[in-house]
Amino acid sequence: MKIKITVNGTDTQGDVEPRTLLVNYVREHLGLTATNIGCDTSSCGACTVHLNGESVKSCTILAVQADGTSVTTVEGLATNGVMHPMQEAFMQNHGLQCGYCTPGMVMAAISLLNENANPTEQEVRIGLEGNLCRCTGYHNIVQSVLACAGKK
Amino acid sequence: MIPAPFDYKRASSAAEAISLISEYGEDAKFLAGGHSLLPLMKLRLASPAVLIDIARITDLSYIKDAGDHIAIGALTRHHDVEYSSVLKQHAPLLAHAAGFVGDPQIRHRGTIGGSIAHADPASDLPATTLALGATYVVQGPNGTREIAASNFYKGFLESDLAADEMLTEIRIPKMNGAGWSFQKFNRRAQDWAIVGVAAWRRGSESGVALVNMDNTPVLATSVSAALASGGSIADASQKAAAEARPSGDNNATAEYRTHLAKVLVRRALETASA
Repeated sequence: MKIKITVNGTDTQGDVEPRTLLVNYVREHLGLTATNIGCDTSSCGACTVHLNGESVKSCTILAVQADGTSVTTVEGLATNGVMHPMQEAFMQNHGLQCGYCTPGMVMAAISLLNENANPTEQEVRIGLEGNLCRCTGYHNIVQSVLACAGKK
Repeated sequence: MIPAPFDYKRASSAAEAISLISEYGEDAKFLAGGHSLLPLMKLRLASPAVLIDIARITDLSYIKDAGDHIAIGALTRHHDVEYSSVLKQHAPLLAHAAGFVGDPQIRHRGTIGGSIAHADPASDLPATTLALGATYVVQGPNGTREIAASNFYKGFLESDLAADEMLTEIRIPKMNGAGWSFQKFNRRAQDWAIVGVAAWRRGSESGVALVNMDNTPVLATSVSAALASGGSIADASQKAAAEARPSGDNNATAEYRTHLAKVLVRRALETASA
């Protein structure tokens, strides 16, 4: 089936099987491999991208469902080589260890602040409930999000 | 993991969706947010031959004040239920419970109608709407009919929906200031409840429903009867599992679930009565 998805501001077109997952479209058809596949069962959040500006788990969305939408992956955050403030905050606050969960964490965190620009620490922790860090590096991830929100 | 191959159809109206499901019959499934169905398909526990994508039927996404009740379009996302000012005012238990479904990413996609039609006894919203005395409106080839939530759930992932019917609207009676509580006991924030309780109370009236205490959501009518006849919360909550037949799994034995149900019903009623 032919689909059109705007990915990171660029119009893309694909001819995919209906069962193709959005994460596979992004990684394999477009070669944007920053978005990771973790649990593959919509639990871990490593595959989180933005669909029309909201965080979603791209392992549990068909590419055909995303036809006509706008998708942002972590590759689409920087502008002219300058990192997004959330990426900068993760770097400054050591918000990552092995890095595998990081693309999904960053995308979930940006969506969180889009909905609640001034969260408490508890709200950040609850707001990231859909993202797992197997390094258990949650403390600095939460600090990174608070820093990006200007609360640190 | 990817699902087994299937044909993909897209419906732009409820009538078109019903026409398509009538054409393809038992081999077809409706696809809304997909957050119950697609995981099952990826695990090959479900392999429908045809998916009928109904998520673009935008006129089935709404939350309206309809006088004595709130009417919610079946394709309204959990996120929109959670943040609805109309629901926060008139059915705050439902808005609150919607915020416990999955996680933010899942709530951005999953729909209230999808969750109810999936009829998973471990899901939050079937039990919550059951406690609230909801009515479900379904549409089929011969028109619409209304089903009381208390008559809807027939077995594990089985409902009163016929193969060619689609859930289109959920009607929630206004809570009119009733006290309420939603209790969800689980090990990780995003998990299904090991046991959950949705409860409201207004004078001698109450509604209490249990999550994951049977192969369907359970209306704990003995608890409400005990309260209505003047029983204490402590006594009423001892009847929490009277209508339930819980089973054991990796998370809990049936005995433990029964214990949890009594504890959580007591907590819920104390909060709802405060």
